[in-house]
Amino acid sequence: MSYIKKPRVHHPGLTRNRLGLTRRDYEGTMSTLCAGCGHDSITAAIIEAFWELEIAPHEVAKTSGIGCSGKTPTYFLKEAHGFNGVHGRMPSITTGAHAANRELVCIGVSGDGDSLSIGMGQFAHVVRRNVDMLYIIENNGVYGLTKGQFSASADVGSTAKRGQVNREHPIDSVLLGLNLGAGFVARSFSGDKEQLVPIIKAGLRHRGFALIDVISPCVTFNDHRGSTKSYQYTRDNYNQLVYADFVPPAEEIATSIEAGDMRSVQMHDGSRIAFRKVPEDYDPTDRDQVYSYIRGRQRAGEVATGLLYVEPAPRNAVDAVDFHGIQGTVDEPLTTYPFEELCPGAEKLEKLQKRFQ
Amino acid sequence: MLKPTDTRNPDHYHRVVDCQWGCPAHTNVPEYIRLIANGQYTESYLLNRKSNIFPGILGRTCDRPCEPVCRRVRLDGEPVAICRLKRVASDLRDDITGFLPTIPEEKNGKRIACIGAGCASLTVANDLLPLGYEVTIFEKLAKPGGLMWTNIPEFRLPAKVLWEEIDYILDMGVDLRLNSPIDSLAALLEEDYDAVFIGSGAPKGKELNLPGRWDSEQIHIGIEWLESVRFGHIDKCGDRVLVIGVGNTAMDCCRTAQRLGASDVKVMARKTKPYFKASPWELEDAIEEQVEILENHSPSRFIIEDGKVVAMEFDLVTWTPGENGRLKAEVHGSKIIECDEVILAIGQDTAFPWIERDIGIDFNKWDMPIVDKTTFMTSVPGVFMGGDAAWGPENIIWGVEHGHQAAISIHAWCEGRPLTDRPPEGMNLISQKMGLHEWSYSNDYDEAQRVKMRHVDLQERFKRLDIEVEEGFDIEQTLTEVERCLNCDIQTHFEADLCIECDACIDICPLDCLTITPNGTEEEVTRRLTAPLLNYPEEPLFISEDLPQTGRIMVKDEDLCIHCGLCAERCPTAAWDMRKSDLLVPYAGLAAGELHPGMSIMDLALNGGAAEGELAGAGAGAEPTGAGAG
Repeated sequence: MSYIKKPRVHHPGLTRNRLGLTRRDYEGTMSTLCAGCGHDSITAAIIEAFWELEIAPHEVAKTSGIGCSGKTPTYFLKEAHGFNGVHGRMPSITTGAHAANRELVCIGVSGDGDSLSIGMGQFAHVVRRNVDMLYIIENNGVYGLTKGQFSASADVGSTAKRGQVNREHPIDSVLLGLNLGAGFVARSFSGDKEQLVPIIKAGLRHRGFALIDVISPCVTFNDHRGSTKSYQYTRDNYNQLVYADFVPPAEEIATSIEAGDMRSVQMHDGSRIAFRKVPEDYDPTDRDQVYSYIRGRQRAGEVATGLLYVEPAPRNAVDAVDFHGIQGTVDEPLTTYPFEELCPGAEKLEKLQKRFQ
Repeated sequence: MLKPTDTRNPDHYHRVVDCQWGCPAHTNVPEYIRLIANGQYTESYLLNRKSNIFPGILGRTCDRPCEPVCRRVRLDGEPVAICRLKRVASDLRDDITGFLPTIPEEKNGKRIACIGAGCASLTVANDLLPLGYEVTIFEKLAKPGGLMWTNIPEFRLPAKVLWEEIDYILDMGVDLRLNSPIDSLAALLEEDYDAVFIGSGAPKGKELNLPGRWDSEQIHIGIEWLESVRFGHIDKCGDRVLVIGVGNTAMDCCRTAQRLGASDVKVMARKTKPYFKASPWELEDAIEEQVEILENHSPSRFIIEDGKVVAMEFDLVTWTPGENGRLKAEVHGSKIIECDEVILAIGQDTAFPWIERDIGIDFNKWDMPIVDKTTFMTSVPGVFMGGDAAWGPENIIWGVEHGHQAAISIHAWCEGRPLTDRPPEGMNLISQKMGLHEWSYSNDYDEAQRVKMRHVDLQERFKRLDIEVEEGFDIEQTLTEVERCLNCDIQTHFEADLCIECDACIDICPLDCLTITPNGTEEEVTRRLTAPLLNYPEEPLFISEDLPQTGRIMVKDEDLCIHCGLCAERCPTAAWDMRKSDLLVPYAGLAAGELHPGMSIMDLALNGGAAEGELAGAGAGAEPTGAGAG
């Protein structure tokens, strides 16, 4: 943290998006996280992505649970709706918000502790329900806010700051997400915005549940030798498996990309994801193959990153229905309905109850 | 591949301090502003005096080359009022005589003659007297000061301020010869001087040889007229006055005329406002006093009746861009404007009728003596020249800097050292970190707009010629204005080997100054920057060594950095630090950063080392001054 606020004065060359907003308009308050925290870089990437997608901040709901990650929504989109829920319960809060107003752009920020320990059940079910949200796990392998105990994502053999070795097996959120049926699964690194920003943009545009696990080094408790979530380790073992560019509906895919190298995956709103430099034996739309490929890379000691799996836009409504589709709710947000219509009243309730007596 | 910036070379960080880089004398502006903010007016004054000799005079009259280049202009359009803050230091200082260098009783046996007692010669004397030189200044007028005295009206520069600062130097033991014009340089060279410095200025006003010019007594040369007013030879003028020309002398002339009883003063300009030579603030002050400025009037003749000028005729012109960028005039009519008096203020020239052309001083085709730009020596060994005399009219601060450089040369000359061997500048670089989130300076960006100088009421100010128009900043105005300074000398210093490339500095930087990117050609790297370059290469880039984890480089565009220190606060490894770069400037007999004997206490105080009391008692034989009070 700092004693002064980030001054409002900005570069005169700062451009405005179609809403007339600059990138600075998408910022939140000053971060109180440790200097150098990967989470702050992810915040900056989120700001960049929202600004580039020209999403109005007031149309966004940002939610979080507990932990260092839980603090971060304060640091972006100060004009968005926000809710900082109890530990691990961010998925329920988001589900509720999205149930009530399906037009909200939902972004939930969680951590490896918040999602893979106390919130594991919530995490599994929000994937199952396919809530239309972007779920970011800021993954640093430790409980930073309680002074650096191993979290559920810590690798076997990695050490804590004081040298203790972790013996428990890690939970890998990417493999878990694939397993649970997530339609959009990515892994990235807070120190690589060039990769991270397009993935966030694609995740926000994906209809249904999108998961991005971002390696986000904890400079205070997990950036030492022996850590497998440090800046140095991540860079040394970085394997950018696929390059993904997000291409909005109206735009042409940049011609500089060699057609042979590129695979384009259509999204529901007409935008596309352009994959580049994909390994020959890798198909980012084949869930089983992606799963085993990532397992292979992990065995080789690599941190495989990129937009690893994406479900192409459904050709028929039966495939991949999102939360509202499953529930069969009306097209308009429930919040636009008058109270009288949403609530049948005590009389009707009594009648209903009588049927079960 | 771009090469890493060598920040040990004082030039890089000096360039970042735009005001100091822009000041010919390299005045340490941010430091003196911080001293003012701290109430240390005496220290601020002394720091100023070290480089610019005349803080009180310059705090009112400087042409302020520092202000247009001030970083604040590029952020909110208005520079810090650097010049007027200097005046605050001067106005509120205590007696400083105890902090002036002691003059050795025993002289070094070298005698120097200076011609003209203006700012350049006075600076030469100021620099050489503490080294034991005997300095004689020959002045043709009855008072010293040169154009500072004769040409700057008292409503801009009170006599007390002028004499006080000139006396500091004269009291060091100058052998001042008033009413002593030099009629022959050859004769002077015959005398027993070890070196001669010519600081005779540009005392000849330009003529306007139009029909009728010589037929009336009421047509004056601006600088001569101002001089006559200064000496009291002229104390009134006609009702309707035309001032020809629109430079700073013209502004002084028209405003003086107002005070001598004229009720209708017109400044006649040949071109339009963008081409006016006067400084914008001097124009503003004249306009405030209801002087009329007429554009596109090109004088064609004086109309004389019975030996009196009664009017002037002007061609009405418009200007169109002609060949090689020069404007071309097109006449489309004429106009007669009645008047009782005309003042010509269209420029001034040097004049050297007293330099014999056969004594070895080379002149160029414009009849200007050829002077070496580094050593300030003419083609006659041991004869030096500076100020307006050397290359034509400039302003006081340039004259002062010429004086400093000439003094370095004269000292080397007298000691038999090569003149081209200039003493190098130095730099101290000291961390300003005081705690986890604390810096030694006020690092937050203050959004205040430039404070406006208050002026004496319009009716009041015309009552006398010597009523200073500008009231100076009061404490509140001062405290607002000092906070606008961005402390550009407190540098963002980067150590590449500590960086872990976490991007925290890039994310927090309010002005998008920072980029981490692969090295490449200049074109490639500048294209990849976080924000577009606006003033490159005038404003430098910082290029780091290769970063340890990825081999990329950190690039900083110095252009718009507000020195808020957030990059350093958000840096987990202290790869960024805020360090004060203190430019150390050499003077005659003093290596970079060195001070005259007995003056180290002042330096201590400037670096925050001495308490007020220590400073107050430091001047040998001086009254305890209680420096910093007020």
